[in-house]
Amino acid sequence: MATYKKISTVTVGSGGASTIEFTSIPQTYTDLVIRISGRTDESGQGRSYFRWRFNSSASGYSYRWTYGYDGNVVNSVLDGPISTGLVALMNGASSTSNTFGNTEFYIPNYTGSQNKSLSVDGVTENNTSSIYMLSLSSSIWADTSAITSITLYAVNVGSANKFVEHTTATLYGIKNS
Amino acid sequence: MAITYEPIATTTLTTSASSVTFSSIGSGYTDLVLVINAAASTLANTGLRFNSDSGSNYSSTILAGNGSAAGSFRYSNATYGQINYYGYLETTRIVNQVVHIMNYSNSTTYKSYLGRANNSSNGTDATVGIWRNTNAITSVSFVLNTGTISSGSTFSLYGIAAA
Repeated sequence: MATYKKISTVTVGSGGASTIEFTSIPQTYTDLVIRISGRTDESGQGRSYFRWRFNSSASGYSYRWTYGYDGNVVNSVLDGPISTGLVALMNGASSTSNTFGNTEFYIPNYTGSQNKSLSVDGVTENNTSSIYMLSLSSSIWADTSAITSITLYAVNVGSANKFVEHTTATLYGIKNS
Repeated sequence: MAITYEPIATTTLTTSASSVTFSSIGSGYTDLVLVINAAASTLANTGLRFNSDSGSNYSSTILAGNGSAAGSFRYSNATYGQINYYGYLETTRIVNQVVHIMNYSNSTTYKSYLGRANNSSNGTDATVGIWRNTNAITSVSFVLNTGTISSGSTFSLYGIAAA
């Protein structure tokens, strides 16, 4: 039986969208994977970011983030607890036209009663000598609830920024039996 | 539709154990993926052994960050293929690690793997490792450098077929 199965795909249409949302996530898989090809309209930024919340919760997110960019030495930072999930990467408005970043979430045991630990890895390319980046992060949502919905926010919650047209996000479920 | 990502076996520990082994792995896939959600009796680094080989035949390079510093770390001629640096197991929190083992069943090349270790309290690791042996991999063991793997830890092995 195939166990790596697409649950839902969101493709942003003309005019963009400030959020991408997966709701009523089936509770029948072991792990979740989200793959995003995206870009925001954040002005003046080649590298942009997006945030996320599980079950619309506004608390309990922490991360340890390791990254390298533009040929610089890698660095590592942390934050938390904060009100949204960080850090997820994509291209911004100042990067080369039609260039989209890629990010993958791996969320194990999303229905379990433990705090939810996940990895978020992303890359941006720009076909220039700058604005390329590799991002690896370990995150946790300190909440024992099963994850039933995931919302991605362009740049930040409540910002006027949008995911641009043709941004796609696909949610997959993986089952271990 | 062709089946390309298939569960091979899952183990949930009901008592603590020094290691977890998946054996009799068939050759019908292209790659293997091992998903680990585990805790340990003490702070412990994690690794893999293939075909029960405990010789000094493993090397790994790990890009790692702990929230304040980042670097690259190297382990050579080790007795297991290390997965983590900062993303080690601990006693009170489930740590997740995912390892991809490429072209595991060929009998020509040394076997390499890519790993990600995530401990949101300690750090983030990306690992590349090699087992200097050309034999097809028929068993994969998850091991610690110290202590035991806690009861309740889960291990899932998947096979990926090219078509």
